[in-house]
Amino acid sequence: MSRSFLGMPAFPRAADVSTRDTRLRANLTHATRTIRDKRARAVAELDDWAGLRAAGAALKDRTLRHLDRYLEQLEESVVAAGGQVHWAADAAEANRIVTRLVRETGEREVVKVKSMATQEIGLNEALAEAGIRAYETDLAELIVQLGDDLPSHILVPAIHRNRAEIRDIFRREMGKWGRPAPEGLSDSPAELAEAARLHLREKFLTAKVGISGANFMVAETGTLVVVESEGNGRMCLTLPETLISVVGIEKTVPTWQDLEVFLQLLPRSSTAERMNPYTTTWTGTTDGDGPRTFHLVLLDNGRTDTLADTVGRQALRCIRCSACLNVCPVYERAGGHAYGSPYPGPIGAILTPQLRGMAGPLEQSLPYASSLCGACYEVCPVAIDIPEVLVHLRERVVEGGPVTRGGARVVLKPARGHAAERAAMRAAAWAFDHPGALRGGMRLAARTRRLHPRRLPGPGRAWSDTRALPAVPAESFRDWWRRTRGANGNSETGGVE
Amino acid sequence: MRVALFVTCINDTLRPRTGQAVVTLLERLGVDVDFPEEQSCCGQPQFNTGYRHATEPLVRRFDRAFADHEYVVTPSGSCAAMVRDNFPRIAARAAAEGRGRELAEAAARAVPKTYELTEFLVDVLKVTDVGAYYPHTVTYHPTCHGLRMLGLGDRPRRLLERVRGLTLKELPGAEECCGFGGTFAVKNPAVSAAMGADKVRAVTGTGAEALCTVDNSCLLHLGGMLVRQGSPVRPVHLAEILASTEADVAAGGGPGRAAGAAGGAR
Repeated sequence: MSRSFLGMPAFPRAADVSTRDTRLRANLTHATRTIRDKRARAVAELDDWAGLRAAGAALKDRTLRHLDRYLEQLEESVVAAGGQVHWAADAAEANRIVTRLVRETGEREVVKVKSMATQEIGLNEALAEAGIRAYETDLAELIVQLGDDLPSHILVPAIHRNRAEIRDIFRREMGKWGRPAPEGLSDSPAELAEAARLHLREKFLTAKVGISGANFMVAETGTLVVVESEGNGRMCLTLPETLISVVGIEKTVPTWQDLEVFLQLLPRSSTAERMNPYTTTWTGTTDGDGPRTFHLVLLDNGRTDTLADTVGRQALRCIRCSACLNVCPVYERAGGHAYGSPYPGPIGAILTPQLRGMAGPLEQSLPYASSLCGACYEVCPVAIDIPEVLVHLRERVVEGGPVTRGGARVVLKPARGHAAERAAMRAAAWAFDHPGALRGGMRLAARTRRLHPRRLPGPGRAWSDTRALPAVPAESFRDWWRRTRGANGNSETGGVE
Repeated sequence: MRVALFVTCINDTLRPRTGQAVVTLLERLGVDVDFPEEQSCCGQPQFNTGYRHATEPLVRRFDRAFADHEYVVTPSGSCAAMVRDNFPRIAARAAAEGRGRELAEAAARAVPKTYELTEFLVDVLKVTDVGAYYPHTVTYHPTCHGLRMLGLGDRPRRLLERVRGLTLKELPGAEECCGFGGTFAVKNPAVSAAMGADKVRAVTGTGAEALCTVDNSCLLHLGGMLVRQGSPVRPVHLAEILASTEADVAAGGGPGRAAGAAGGAR
C-alpha cells in the first residue's frame, strides 16, 4: 500500500479535478441516490424515529460529558474479563503499540476487519514498514486495497468503482496477494462476491492475528461490538489467536441498554436495513473459545481536544452511518477522495479539521466544503448540527481564537490568505452599518452600470466563468421607496453616522 | 395592520422589483407597509463565512430598525432563517465571551416578529388566494433555508396553486441544493457550478417558462446560469407572481417582468 491521505491537496483544487470525472460522477450519483431512497423508506417505517434520534443524541452527549469516568470503568471491565488495555495519545503511539503487539506474536501477517480508526492512523503503512502485511477483509476494503487505492466512503469505501472496474482489479491483483481470481471472472455481483469469498477464506483460516475496530464499547461489561453485513468481521473476531482492537475513545456507551437505541439508529441510517446481518460482541477472553489474547488500544488522536470545544464536540456523537454523505450534494459531485481523509463528506468536513488541527491548507479548506444546505443535519441519526459546526470552524480559519491542542489551551492565528476577504467583509459590514454610505454606494453602482464588466477579476472570476453577472438596476429599492413613498412621512434620514 | 418590510440587501441593490412587488401585494391585501430606512443586511454573508464578530452590529441594527413594529416581513427565506436561527446563536456566543445580555435581548425581540413572506400570508393574514393572475407555466424550487431551517412546508405551493392562469410544473429533485450557498459559489466554484448545472437541467426539463423561489440569492445564481446558457426560462421571485394581476399582464408583464418591473437581466 503506497497511498496515504496525508498531503492531499486542498478541497477546492481536488474537487475541481473530480467534478470533471464523468465516470466517477455517474458511479456516485447512482449509488448515493439508491441508498438515499432506501434509507428514507426504512426510517419512515418507525413511528418513533424522532424520539430515537433525540435519545441517541442525548445518550452520546451525556457519555461525552463524563467520558473520563466511563473510560476508566471500561478499562476495569476489560481487564477483569481477561483483556489488556493500552492508551494511545496519538497516531504514532497507537501504531507503535500495535506493531509491538504483532511482533510479540512472531507473526508477519494479520487479517483486518474494517476499521476507520486504523485508516485514520495509517496503521497498514506503519505495519508494512515493520515488515508485517495487513489484509483487509471487508469486500469494499479489499477492492480498495487490491487497487492500491484509498477509501472514499464510510460505509462503501469503493463506492467510486463500478462492477467492471472491480472485475479488472480482481483479475489483475488477487494473484499477487494470495488465491487468484477464477478464470473468466465476469462482473456479475454473485461471481465477484464468490471470488472475494474464496480469496478471503484462505486468509481467515491461516491468520493468527486479527485487528479490528468497534462500533461501540460498553463500559459496564467491557464488551466491544461490531455490526457488519458480510460475516468477515465475525471471522476476524473469532478465528485468530490474538485479537487487537483499535477504537476511538468516543465509541464508549455506558450500558448494554444504550445499544437498544443505537442498534436501531445505525442500520436504518447506513444500509437502510431494519437490522444489520451480523452483530458480534466480545468481552475479554474465554478459555476454549475465540482469541486467547485480547488487546484494546484506546485511541485519542485529537478527540479530547475536540471534546474541549463546546460547539465542535457534537462531531464526536457520530456513529459512522454515512447517511450525511449520501444526501450531500457536495460529496456527490466532489467524491470522497477530495476530503483527504478516511472521513469524507459533511462529517469529514467537521471531524478531520478538529482531529488533525487546522494548520494545514486541506484542514482549512474543509469547513468551506459545504453550501450549508442542511440536508446532512436533517438526516443525521444523532442530530449533529453539521452546518453549525462548519460555520464555527470557518470562524477559526478567518479569525483564529482559543483552541485546545495536545491538551493545552493555545490561541490560533487566523489562516493566511484571508486578508483581502477579511478587509472586504469588514468594509461590507461597515457599509451595512451606515445606511447613508450604503445608499451612496448603490447609487454609484447604478450610475456606472453600463461600465460594469461582464467577467470579474480575482476570486469573483469563479462566479462569472459559469454564470452571467446580475445586472445592477437603475434604481435601488431604497431610492424607489424614497422617490415614491418618501412623502408619506415614514422614512428617516439615513445619513452617515 | 401595519408591517415593516425587511427588503434584504440583495433585493435592495439587485432585485428592487421584488421589494416593490411585496409592497404592491401587501397593500392590495389591506396591509400598511413601512420601510424603516435604518435597515441594512441581516449579516448572513459575514456570519456564514466565519466573521461572526462582524455580524454583531447588524443584529443590533436590525433590532433598532424594527423596534417600532410588531411584524417584520421579508421576501427571503434565507434572511428570515438568519434572524430566526442565527441571531440567538450569535447572542449566546457573545454572552459566553462575557459581553453581556444586550445582544440576547435584541435577538429575543427580533426572532418572534420576523416572518418570511409566505409565512406571513398563510399564518398571519390567513390567505392563500391573494387575487393574483399569472398566465404562465412555473416550476418551484424550495430553497434550502426555506425548506429546512424555516420549515415553510407547502405554504409557497398553496399560494401558487391559487394563482389564476398559473400552471405548476413538478421539479424533479426539488429538495436538492442549487449550489449557491453564499460565498460557497466563490470558494468552491467547480462543485457549485456542477450543482447549479444539474439544477438548471432539471428546471429546463420541466418545460416551464419561469423558475420561482422565495429567495433571490438562489435565483441570481440559477438565473445567471440560465442566461449564460441562453435558456428562455426566466427566474422570478414568488412575490412578483403573487403581486401580478390581470391589469399588469395586459400592460405587457411576462415571467419575471411583473409588478412595476425595473431593470432586467442582460
